[in-house]
Amino acid sequence: MPRLIKNGSIVEDSWLPLEPENETPRAQHILSLDQWEALDEKEGTAVQLESDQPPAPLKAHLGQLSLIAINFPAFTDGRGFSYARELREQGYQGELRAVGNFIRDQIHYLSRCGFNAFHLEQETELEGALSSLEDFSEHYQAASDKTDPLFRRR
Amino acid sequence: MYVYDQYDQQIVDQRVAQFRDQTERFLAGELSEDAFLPLRLQNGLYIQRLAPLLRIAVPYGLLNSTQVRMLAHLTRKYDKGYAHISTRQNVQLNWPRVEDVPDILAELASVEMHAIQTSGNCIRNTTTDQFAGVATDELEDPRPYCEIIRQWSTLHPEFAFLPRKFKIAVCGTTEDRAAIYNHDVGLDLVANDKGEVGFKVIVGGGLGRTPVIGSVVCEWLDKKHLLTYLEAILRVYNQNGRRDNKYKARIKILVRAMGVDAFRDAVEQEWAAIKDGPTTLSKEEIERNRAFFTAPDYEVIDCDTSTAALGAQRSADPLFDNWIKRNTVAHHVPGYRIVNISLKATGYAPGDVTDGQLELLADLADQYSFGELRTTHEQNIVLADVRKDALYALWQSLQAADLATANIGYLTDMICCPGGDYCALANAKSIPVAEAIQSRFDDLDYLYDLGPIDLNISGCMNACGHHHIGHIGVLGVDKKGQEFYQVSLGGSKTKDASLGKILGPSFKQEDMPDVIEGIISTFVSQRVEEESFLDTYKRIGLDPFKERVYAKAD
Repeated sequence: MPRLIKNGSIVEDSWLPLEPENETPRAQHILSLDQWEALDEKEGTAVQLESDQPPAPLKAHLGQLSLIAINFPAFTDGRGFSYARELREQGYQGELRAVGNFIRDQIHYLSRCGFNAFHLEQETELEGALSSLEDFSEHYQAASDKTDPLFRRR
Repeated sequence: MYVYDQYDQQIVDQRVAQFRDQTERFLAGELSEDAFLPLRLQNGLYIQRLAPLLRIAVPYGLLNSTQVRMLAHLTRKYDKGYAHISTRQNVQLNWPRVEDVPDILAELASVEMHAIQTSGNCIRNTTTDQFAGVATDELEDPRPYCEIIRQWSTLHPEFAFLPRKFKIAVCGTTEDRAAIYNHDVGLDLVANDKGEVGFKVIVGGGLGRTPVIGSVVCEWLDKKHLLTYLEAILRVYNQNGRRDNKYKARIKILVRAMGVDAFRDAVEQEWAAIKDGPTTLSKEEIERNRAFFTAPDYEVIDCDTSTAALGAQRSADPLFDNWIKRNTVAHHVPGYRIVNISLKATGYAPGDVTDGQLELLADLADQYSFGELRTTHEQNIVLADVRKDALYALWQSLQAADLATANIGYLTDMICCPGGDYCALANAKSIPVAEAIQSRFDDLDYLYDLGPIDLNISGCMNACGHHHIGHIGVLGVDKKGQEFYQVSLGGSKTKDASLGKILGPSFKQEDMPDVIEGIISTFVSQRVEEESFLDTYKRIGLDPFKERVYAKAD
């Protein structure tokens, strides 16, 4: 089973990867937005947003979704950072997973934006990525991990 | 000026450790060139034509003497004994080695400095008026808000991978010395009809290959909403800015594509979700920052005596008199003047300063100006608080170090990027053009007769030399592998900003002094009384200049 970082530890992935062409995906598959929108029952489902798919269509179902994956087609494409923050601000509590071509040096920022799971392309990087999660222990801004900016705490 | 507490120090120290690890992984081959690129850029490190270039942040252009001495030390230990002041008020080292950069950053952190976000597709150093806090036409000191923005934008987790770079400038005066209409976001401190000071917010200005004057998206914003409103603007940009073409990726293109009204609506919608949230500025936080920028301990000076003494020194020494007239500016406190130190002496690349000059400047700041210096976007240095009765001694020290060139605001005080001598992006060299023009116009009296002229030179259309807003702009272009120069006239960086119009076909490097001379003599022959270059241009238009310059070229 592939491994990933979730809530600060390395765990095995219980979800099956995206198969966008598959018309009858199994329950444990992560679905494309098209596949997911076609579902009648959305409780306990998983959906993957591409970088040109803002999270607005998920808004009415945030309480039912178990997993939202956001794909980074290139690590320089930063749209997913804003999508993640919006999802958390709208109250999404489930797993928020970064997938695709992001790099380990971004996971501290990703985590601040609300991602709690990281599927790195290279599993050999998982250990190093765990330490990158801890690159900074203090921050100026409020974000998904800290309700208050530094100026309200100093 | 702002002083770090344990939180600020911890953040820059952890940044140094993070970058040290990234550099080690890169040098060991564990981090690819592609992945290292944005990481090093966000720490100010470019790999350039001859060597890396390290851009050190000077937040809103403010330095203390300890920091300046550190810069002198760094240029000696890791570089070739000189530094360059950039048009974003930052300091650049031209010759550091990649493997030394973590150590350089660690030394910088020891004096509360860093190179965070001086490059890359992120929020860059916020700039402002070099006369902030001492200008006579100031509504409110912009620096506390610059510092608030600096902290908010430093290592902002959401906005580190934007479509393109993002630059903010703040202005607190009637005259705009921060070019707020030419920034991604310009903030103008203005009073509303109740007399409360807030921000006019201007978005989507910029230079580069598509120069645009910014549009007003908010006429008056309560100060407490500054950060949430900026966050809303950045969120709209991060999600909707173009990422398919780097030349169309700046926010100015998005604002233009959406239309300013639709853009404003989108910002308002994002803002509604975060407005009045925890990032809303508290009164205490605004006051905490303002407390770092209070007036220094000015002495009460007997104005009549000091003005009389200065008058006597001026009449005894015409060179000193001239320097006072050209390079010093009125201060809001009686008995003091603002001193501009020109880094545009003929024979030095514009904006370059040696290690010895840096150390002298640090000493002079301690002796005469409360230990503080400022860098300017015109690539000069300012001592903001000099007693009138100390000006003569200061001038003598500056003169001995080639730092008393009395050309502030005149033709030879040109803005000039490092160009093809250093920069990998440049199409053409800019420093030799600047030097050739400086040598041609070496008669200071003639320059004074011409009045103020902004001559701005960029080596490529990235426009680091701000050529679009020079009264005379020079742009290096590449024509079939050869370096040519395109000239434009009529740009202006003031609040009624305008962009220069291209004169015509471009010129060879060796013709540039003649071309500039042709433009200047057209101005001289057409000028009415004491009219400025810009006013003459506005009155007569491009054609007379064109006729003269191209007739001569044939």
